Amino acid sequence: MTAPQRTPLYEAHIASGAKMVDFAGWEMPIHYGSQLKEHEIVRSDAGMFDVSHMTVVDISGSDAKSWLQKLIANDVAKLGFEGKALYSGMLNDDGGVVDDLIVYLTATGYRMVINAGTTKKDLAWMDKQSAGFDVQLQVRRDLAMLAVQGPTAIAKVCSVKPALAEQIQALKVFQGLPSSDWFYARTGYTGEDGLEIMIPADQAITFFNELKAAGVAPIGLGARDTLRLEAGMNLYGHDMDETVSPLQAGMGWTIAWNPEERDFIGRKALEAQKAAGVPMKQVGLVLEGRGVLREGQKVVVDGAEGIITSGTFSPTLKHSIAIARVPAATGATAQVDLRGTLTEVRVVKMPFVRNGKKVFE
Amino acid sequence: MSNIPAELKYVSSHEWLRLEADGSVTVGITEHAQELLGDIVFVELPAVGANLAADEQAGVVESVKAASDVYAPIAGEILEVNAELEANPELANSEPYAAGWFFKIKPANAADLDGLLDAATYAAEIGA
Repeated sequence: MTAPQRTPLYEAHIASGAKMVDFAGWEMPIHYGSQLKEHEIVRSDAGMFDVSHMTVVDISGSDAKSWLQKLIANDVAKLGFEGKALYSGMLNDDGGVVDDLIVYLTATGYRMVINAGTTKKDLAWMDKQSAGFDVQLQVRRDLAMLAVQGPTAIAKVCSVKPALAEQIQALKVFQGLPSSDWFYARTGYTGEDGLEIMIPADQAITFFNELKAAGVAPIGLGARDTLRLEAGMNLYGHDMDETVSPLQAGMGWTIAWNPEERDFIGRKALEAQKAAGVPMKQVGLVLEGRGVLREGQKVVVDGAEGIITSGTFSPTLKHSIAIARVPAATGATAQVDLRGTLTEVRVVKMPFVRNGKKVFE
Repeated sequence: MSNIPAELKYVSSHEWLRLEADGSVTVGITEHAQELLGDIVFVELPAVGANLAADEQAGVVESVKAASDVYAPIAGEILEVNAELEANPELANSEPYAAGWFFKIKPANAADLDGLLDAATYAAEIGA
């Protein structure tokens, strides 16, 4: 085992009282006291997450566009102007998900943000797929990344960066603003409004402290997980991986089928799956009684089986929720094997929570 | 480090025991246990009147992070459970040795308490 890596914000976490844990080879804050309180702060006010462990890759070269059109299932041709963002799966030949990512159009090409735990295999995969293309990849370990999320997040960032306030406020969802070496994107992983901000590493602690002084609370990875689950957002390695098709992981909307001649990796496998009929689908589960749904628990539907891929107690709803992969014919209810007891749960369309409010019926 | 009151008894599965004046024993989970679990969101307590063997499951504590069984540290009859804790499970986080107690048990053998860990031994076990 090698010692876990530290982000440029490590000292700021310690100074803020973080409990640090090893996450995908990085020493990261799990919480700064109470995960539930941190969750509530992001739903009602503003919090910031160090996401510097994720990997920023700048893509340049004359073939950057055509290469990305082959590499990922969504189509970068949709990116109409600098700063515009796209969410996509990067698939293997069998149509399994190598990773999920965001890609931005930049002045020099594209910028991609990939998961921390998958970085090594992603880079190897991308390198392998670049044969015959004029494309260069630059990993930006010189950048830190801070997600500032919550109903007051944008206003608080603007109070710290008044010169950029007007431009930041003008950003629409899934749009980014480059500003010298910084990049402000109106994206996130919480179901709240907010920004994900890339910062030169040597300026990260100063910015973190300025945001803290402006009333933005540091939030750990624990609350990040309950927030994204309430928002119905997938977590790589749990809700999908290389053995799971995006068609069975609620990612159908991220696949750009047109133009038909765009031969992205995994396309043929996905077309065959569609023709044969996709046997499983992703749904949300709700348990209004006692108990907590957990990853790995068995879901039973009319004798057929599914599985919970992520489950937790929802701090906003005060009961348990889960993301599950279940037989395609699943209706309004299912049963979950809850520590040996088959317990009835409701099947709902996700998300569970958006902008602080319950959204499912 | 963790608060481990000197006057209590402990077991390795992180329950504490307090001998009351009437001979009953109050049981809860230690501060170390609640730190490991994180925010506690549900607590399941045993039925009053139940006769439990030592190390028999007496309940469940569910945190945001994980579910964990709670055991009867000694054999006996459940005399009372903490209804306040069922309604406010976070008491096990905030006051593990006071308002966050789990249940009271009437020991089958009062001498069973003697064989349990004292504070210093429990502290050594958890590396505190």
